Amino acid sequence: MFKTFLMILKRDLKLALRRRSEIFTVLFFFIIVVSLFPLGVGYDEKTLQRIAPGVAWIAALLASMLALERLFLSDYADGTLEQMLLTPQPLSILVLAKMTAHWLLTGLPLVLVAPVVGILYHLEAKTVGTMMFMLLLGTPILSMIGAIGAALTLGLRGGGVLISLLILPLYIPVLVYGSGAISESTLQSGNIEPHVLLLSAFLLLSLIFSPWATASALKISLE
Amino acid sequence: MSFNWFKYSAPMNFYPLAGKLVPIFWLLALTLTGFGLYWGFFQTPDVLSEQKQYYRIIFVHVAASWMGMWLYAMMVFWGLVGLVFNTKLSFMMAKATSVTGAFMATIALVSGAVWGKVSWGTWWDWDPRLTMSLILLFLYIGYMALQSAIDDPRRADKASAVLALVGLAIVPVIYYSVNCPNPNECASLHQESSFKGVESNILLSMLVTALGFWMYSFAVILMRVRNVILAREINTKWVSELSDTNQ
Amino acid sequence: MSLTVANLQCTRGDRQLFSGLNFQLKPKQLLFLEGQNGSGKTTLIRTLCGLFVADEGDILWQDQPIQEHLEAYRKELFYLGHLNAIKGDLTALENLRFNHAMSGQNCRDDDLLNALERIGLYGYEDFPTRQLSQGQKRRVALARLLLNKSPLWILDEPFVALDVAAVELLQSIISKHVEAGGMAILTTHQAVPLTQGEVQHLNLDQYASQAGTLSYV
Repeated sequence: MFKTFLMILKRDLKLALRRRSEIFTVLFFFIIVVSLFPLGVGYDEKTLQRIAPGVAWIAALLASMLALERLFLSDYADGTLEQMLLTPQPLSILVLAKMTAHWLLTGLPLVLVAPVVGILYHLEAKTVGTMMFMLLLGTPILSMIGAIGAALTLGLRGGGVLISLLILPLYIPVLVYGSGAISESTLQSGNIEPHVLLLSAFLLLSLIFSPWATASALKISLE
Repeated sequence: MSFNWFKYSAPMNFYPLAGKLVPIFWLLALTLTGFGLYWGFFQTPDVLSEQKQYYRIIFVHVAASWMGMWLYAMMVFWGLVGLVFNTKLSFMMAKATSVTGAFMATIALVSGAVWGKVSWGTWWDWDPRLTMSLILLFLYIGYMALQSAIDDPRRADKASAVLALVGLAIVPVIYYSVNCPNPNECASLHQESSFKGVESNILLSMLVTALGFWMYSFAVILMRVRNVILAREINTKWVSELSDTNQ
Repeated sequence: MSLTVANLQCTRGDRQLFSGLNFQLKPKQLLFLEGQNGSGKTTLIRTLCGLFVADEGDILWQDQPIQEHLEAYRKELFYLGHLNAIKGDLTALENLRFNHAMSGQNCRDDDLLNALERIGLYGYEDFPTRQLSQGQKRRVALARLLLNKSPLWILDEPFVALDVAAVELLQSIISKHVEAGGMAILTTHQAVPLTQGEVQHLNLDQYASQAGTLSYV
């Protein structure tokens, strides 16, 4: 079972490395969105520091949304997904492997590029550290819940926009606690432990239920 | 005497039954809502002062926001029944419920906004209850968007049922995050129940109005499910016989 | 070992495709599914694979309903549809290795290369498959047949896009499989000569449902 997981993960990573431009599309989308906000709201340092956590998270939500539509689409179009459904392995393992690959390719790069947000928004090193940590904790949730939406809208007209309609409201807890913790860490007496615990609980919850929900959604979409 | 429930899980048998139930629910809805609102508007004491009659908006607002939540649960329930027993009718019920649920969430939002305007002088305040109504409306919109984007009714029914189920699983987390955006302050600032100290008179009329809204929802959902049945079963013999006898 | 279909009925959207379908397939038997476009061949094949659930009737593998023993059933099943399940960015060898490993059967790279050579792709193993022709891509998908040890093969239009040489090769692969005690279900108009075993034909037009096609005046 673990072998299957690794096999699919390796294949998805290999495919992505042969088309590197797609990874960079998501990354630059994130950077562009983040750098548009100061142009819109002004360059006041205090304001920028205050909105930075929310802006970074909203940009991360949108960026991970952007790559979701393609999560199952190419496998669906060339018949691989149908073959995956017919393998003797449990479908939720295959789905978990694809989610992991999606996170490594779109979530992890955002974590690594977070210091750029720190520079653009005049954040302290400590705040940047919290931001990276919270992104590390929260972006896997985005990939996992997003995968459910991607599976439900597989092959539909306007799939991309439809996914955002279905999934963005479900991202609210990640947004609230993810950015809440970053704001908290700018305070002297800030304590981010409750945020971290709540988000970890949500991560665990998604880890248990989302592969299963995504697998059932894929079966329905391929009927 | 045994009552055969499964007989009415067939759209053909449910259609006439629903037709008979609709007027009953309408009657109950009008009576209960009428009584509840009359009592709420004219028989309850002026809790604040003579000038602040606007508080009576809550009789509509509270009932509508309750219904918004209950109908979401009911929609998930029908979807789940459909997924487990593979009954077409339960999916049709889920589909019919979503529209009324979205309507109730909208009423809750609009009445909340009016309340906000007269009491706080602003149409919108990020009060947890209003925010939650807004998010609930988003969830309903997502459900309906997915329904209408899928052409094959079988896939549409099952996919939207899964979506509603996932939504229900996450709603408590969303609810918590909206009510308590900063967990450091939540331990001390426990949200007090809004019913504490509310006069039983007021509570009673709220409950009666909510019951009336329930009956209204049943009536409208049954009417809508009859339409859905006809649209989906148009090619069957019983529908063509039905239209023959009506001509 | 047998596949039994009893009183099967399938609906797509609000259109009933066929009903009252019965047949049984035993080792050394080859079944040809026939019927006009829209008679439900592909739906039947997807139902036999367990991807689609029939309205009524049973599909039994070794006398067990397939929907209740899906994982066990799928170990014994090989399915190839219209689509090749080939990634253009991967080489022929990588595609074959992945697709074969997915079906849960182990095999060494030598065997994979050998299979590619026999299917006529010698020298193309390390090309990304997007550079290959339609027929060559189909061959990459078909190379799995040479490695697969499942007893039941279900092939939807396997001869499409193949040239004469490849058609002959595929015919011999299928007949060898059946003669060695396997079973196969094909939708195709291409005959497959057998030296041993039995050929069955099933025409879905005979099971087309009359109800559900109402005429409006």
